[in-house]
Amino acid sequence: MNHVLMKNYDPLLKQTLEILDQNGKIINPDLDPKLDKETLLKMYKTMTLGRVADVRAVQYQRQGRMLTFPPNYGQEATQVGAMAALKEGDWLSPAFRELNMMLYKGVPLENIYLYWYGNEMGSKFPKEAHVLPVNIIIGSQVAIAAGLGMAAQRQGKDEIAVASIGDGGTSHGDFNEAINFAGAMNAPLVVIIQNNHWAISTPRAVATKAETLAQKAVAAGIKGIQVDGNDVLAMYVAMKEAAEHARSGKGPVIIEALTYRMGAHTTSDDPTLYRDNKEVEEWAKKDPVDRLRKYLISKKWWSAKDDEALDEENNKFVQEVFAKVEQSGDEPLEDVFNYVYSEKTPNQVEQYEAYKKFLEGGNK
Amino acid sequence: MATLNLIQAINQTLDQQLEKNPKVVVYGEDVGFEGGVFRATQGLQKKYGVARVFDTPIAESSIVGTAIGMAINGMKPVIEIQFDGFIFPAFNQIVTQLARTRNRSRGNWTTPVVIRIPAGGGIKGLEHHSESLETYLGHIPGIKVVMPSTPYDAKGLLTAAIYSDDPVIFLEPKRIYRSGKQEVPEEEYIIPIGKAKVLKEGNNLTVVAWGAQLREVNAAVKEVEEELNISVEVIDLRTISPIDSETIVESVKKTGRFLVVHEAMRTYGPGAELIALVNEKAFLYLEAPATRLTGFDIVIPLARGEHHHMINKDQIKAEIKKLVEF
Repeated sequence: MNHVLMKNYDPLLKQTLEILDQNGKIINPDLDPKLDKETLLKMYKTMTLGRVADVRAVQYQRQGRMLTFPPNYGQEATQVGAMAALKEGDWLSPAFRELNMMLYKGVPLENIYLYWYGNEMGSKFPKEAHVLPVNIIIGSQVAIAAGLGMAAQRQGKDEIAVASIGDGGTSHGDFNEAINFAGAMNAPLVVIIQNNHWAISTPRAVATKAETLAQKAVAAGIKGIQVDGNDVLAMYVAMKEAAEHARSGKGPVIIEALTYRMGAHTTSDDPTLYRDNKEVEEWAKKDPVDRLRKYLISKKWWSAKDDEALDEENNKFVQEVFAKVEQSGDEPLEDVFNYVYSEKTPNQVEQYEAYKKFLEGGNK
Repeated sequence: MATLNLIQAINQTLDQQLEKNPKVVVYGEDVGFEGGVFRATQGLQKKYGVARVFDTPIAESSIVGTAIGMAINGMKPVIEIQFDGFIFPAFNQIVTQLARTRNRSRGNWTTPVVIRIPAGGGIKGLEHHSESLETYLGHIPGIKVVMPSTPYDAKGLLTAAIYSDDPVIFLEPKRIYRSGKQEVPEEEYIIPIGKAKVLKEGNNLTVVAWGAQLREVNAAVKEVEEELNISVEVIDLRTISPIDSETIVESVKKTGRFLVVHEAMRTYGPGAELIALVNEKAFLYLEAPATRLTGFDIVIPLARGEHHHMINKDQIKAEIKKLVEF
């Protein structure tokens, strides 16, 4: 790797890193990471599984079977490209629209679905994935990620931490405080801003006067780069260099990924109220999954027939997972008490016992 | 055995835990080079280096937020928030992350951070330097809140906090940081979190207080016992959350009268909780209404008005008299 990105792509000059164009052609051959077939197929398969899981989750919610869901459709390249460049042991401190990041890091879809089905047990991810639970409150995950990295530094662990945040989240005090703090501490941190252009109904231009979100790095004295977030190779390359920068003790990096939320903010939202369908159509032409598929087909590593089979496989898998989640039922009473403290407090024991007794009496 | 004041006891405890446990890190605003505005961490950076004892930007939210991340990834952060009123910028991290990570991850990740905060009034401080935080913090499931009243307790409770598997907020009664010395053992010892202490047994009335307030309570009780020929049981709550209900209820069953004294403002204050407890568990033993003597429902005044808000010995004596003669 030539380590030129952060020198050559100045966020203040609105330069955007692009490698793979809309037709799946490499337009920046010098920066082609030349990923092997196996890695690219793993990335593609995660993106397609993520998309099927995403579309189906929205359908399940519409059928009254899923509680709430925040669609990721359109943001697959941002998420998978970045995660593919990490090492095992690296951390992810997410917001709430990171389905594909989580899948790539090894979080089972069943966990993710169980959480959005309304059960905290879903957030008990396999620990070795080093992925923290979904974070609904905006902005606070960045300082937590910085802390993960600071702890790694002090224990001699070769880990970096990645925080993911939306464009809307960059307006938050906690984001601005944390990037400054992480810079001052030289924390091995990479912040991915998934700039999907909309914070619920508030467009990116209304939220800040800054020309780019990557430029927020400049005042903090850290590195920042703007990337075509629908270009999985550009995301990979940017994260590869950012991660190496952070890992080698040079401090945090911000990656602003330009992407688009094709769906609603969550299943409770109706984006047709506030955005023009023409904008959505323009972004549909830049679809990240199509782009990678075209590239794979051009390399003769993939075919339309493979795609059909994969689609069938993904749909079958997602349906099986959701069927399992739907059978999981409600949380037992113990669970709502058991994890607040390492041991229940005397007051909690009293409340739990009294309510259990009441329920038992009521069932007689 | 060394005779130490409260701030020295804290310093000794941090020193001891930094030495014993390589996972302990101590940080906050002016905590490293200077040793903290109250000097609680004096000399520690020199001894343990800047990786373990360090200064941070003025960024309370990130101080707490990074401590959460560090704890998740295997460290034991013991952080300082410089003054009680400065906790509010970090409140989001405390409420939405620190207190909830264990629950949210169903036990996968825990955040056993210790947050030290000089708390309470009486030092003629500027605005936001004299706040009582008991109610704000005691209302958050997932964290524990303690407040020592002596140098000995400060060491035992801080050691317990550092060993705790749960996040602990350690409120330091800054008004009495240097106002009294006590023998404090060199060796490590623990005072369990969640246990109140009966400071003095008595039969006619139970008084509960904590932190610096116990100074006035103890002085008042001493005088009033002689003047009225009664005996008063005094309990140091020590832990604000979780409450040691048992010690309080047992005491009130014996004495039949209950008074809680706190500097924190009255409405929805800790006194309300303790009175509810006494009412629920010892109602039939009461010979007078369970009563609270508290700070007013006001913004804590600056130096020239602060004395109006602080609870003094004579007020406590008068309240005890009323209850005994009820």
